[in-house]
Amino acid sequence: MITTTKPAPGLRAKARSAPRSRRPLRTWVIAIAAYVIAVIFLVPYLEMIVMAMRPNNELGLATILPEHWTFSNFTTLWSTGLGGSIGTSLEIAAGATVIVLLVSLPAAYCTARRRFRGRAAFLLLVLATQMFQPAAMLVGIQREFTDFGLPPTLSLIIVNAGFNLAFSVWILNAFFSSIPAELEEAAMVDGLGRVGALTRITLPLAAPGIVTALIFTFIAAWNEFLVALTLSLGQSPSQQPLTVAINNYIGEYSVDWGHLFAAGLVATVPVIILFAFIERRVVSGLTAGAVK
Amino acid sequence: MLALRRLTPLLWLGPAIALIGVVVLWPVVVMVQSSFQQIGGEGFVAGYNGTTNYDNLFHEPDFVSVLLRTVIWVVAIVGVTMLISLGLAQLFHQRFPGRQVTRWALIIPWAASVMMTALIFKWALDPNVGVINVILHHIGVVKQLGSNQADWLGNPTSALIWMMAVAVFVSLPFTTYALLSGLQGIPGDVYEAASIDGATSWRSYLGVTLPLLRPAILVATLINVINVFNSFPIIWEMTRGGPGYETSTSTIYMIDLKQGDVGQAAAMSVFNFLLVIVIVLVYLSTTRWKEQVGR
Repeated sequence: MITTTKPAPGLRAKARSAPRSRRPLRTWVIAIAAYVIAVIFLVPYLEMIVMAMRPNNELGLATILPEHWTFSNFTTLWSTGLGGSIGTSLEIAAGATVIVLLVSLPAAYCTARRRFRGRAAFLLLVLATQMFQPAAMLVGIQREFTDFGLPPTLSLIIVNAGFNLAFSVWILNAFFSSIPAELEEAAMVDGLGRVGALTRITLPLAAPGIVTALIFTFIAAWNEFLVALTLSLGQSPSQQPLTVAINNYIGEYSVDWGHLFAAGLVATVPVIILFAFIERRVVSGLTAGAVK
Repeated sequence: MLALRRLTPLLWLGPAIALIGVVVLWPVVVMVQSSFQQIGGEGFVAGYNGTTNYDNLFHEPDFVSVLLRTVIWVVAIVGVTMLISLGLAQLFHQRFPGRQVTRWALIIPWAASVMMTALIFKWALDPNVGVINVILHHIGVVKQLGSNQADWLGNPTSALIWMMAVAVFVSLPFTTYALLSGLQGIPGDVYEAASIDGATSWRSYLGVTLPLLRPAILVATLINVINVFNSFPIIWEMTRGGPGYETSTSTIYMIDLKQGDVGQAAAMSVFNFLLVIVIVLVYLSTTRWKEQVGR
């Protein structure tokens, strides 16, 4: 599966060197089409910057760009209690990520290294959970976690960990499978011991997979909206996660678009940057078990 | 001793199984149980009431139209997404200067919260000052700002079309990437063989690329179907499923029912859940997860 994400460089070069003679014009047509599409994907999010920097007294103007630009929506963001929401979202995302890694590392390692009864059943269970989303069982989640009586933040950590476990198990399983067991055995013969072989050989080699699982889970939990909305209902705004708190700028009669998009940028820009690091590997984790 | 050894995998897998049990499996049990109970909006359980929730649900005047709309919602969004993504994947598979930068732009709607994207479009479609309306007014499509024509989200049909467009927009990055990874798995010499046989680029796309992309297309389609079926933030932020239930899908309908009648919402959830199971079964039977597992 890893080979699908990293094609052999030799094959690529060969496939592309053939039509080199008529390359320049064709390449530029392709490039320009791609640039236009890239701009289309970017523009809605640039619009967040435009709106966040539009002064409040210009919110009613039908202009594409504001006449004046201001940073006041960013500087007054903290007085709206957003700091607390960022903290809550960080707690939820970090907590879910730690749990996912602690739980998925042993499971992925064991299923990659050993053949035992129930292994296929376990992997099938994991694959099936990847197909179920919280929206499909929201009533059950809400009633179960209300009965538990846990604080909403802790409930959200557990729920987010559960629904993102599958991605992590699959991608780590693929990485561990690609590391030859002989490598660990050789290290053990050299006197590293089992723990040493795992921490000094296997885990560093699987690091790209671990980083991918880590960032993916963090982003998914950071962005999660539906369960957060359901379980943090009635909390004070500063204790609600960011995705829910942003909606508090929407009032019954008017919307505080300036603060809303300033907060939106705070919520969005970090995860886009994080996502760029794992961009190439995410697909293999999401489609694992099916694409060969 | 041997029996003990056989149990060691359980030590490694136990935490994962426990987590899945608590977060994914037990809620299903609670949900099914709730669907046979009378529960008020506050969550107070008044006792079992047999199949009353299901009877009520199936006799809701909006039930059939919501289901039909859900089918249209899923089929249209996934279909359009797949078609556009096939083109995008082909384009971004080429080598050109600045490709990495354009691919970063492509992932933004994937990385950003769908809720935020929905809010951007909700604002951009504001009848008076939304930037889409302002631009459409400039080029003469919208005759007057603030008119009924500019109130795209107030009319169920145009609201649905705009929301489907947003759903396609946020589904494109994953789908394109899934197809790109499929394209990268096709060895170059397959194309060389095709071109030696005299196949034109369009013929070799239909005859070589598409069949070899089949697994990637299949997986991307099914993952999209699940995502779009369960999609919540777009409709919730842009129309709340209204006016009435005229822009509700079954997921939104269930969440709205939950405000007043948890038992009936549970019945709707069970119904949705069975649909998801059918989709998952189709998924498992058409894909090669067994090969992957047995590797």
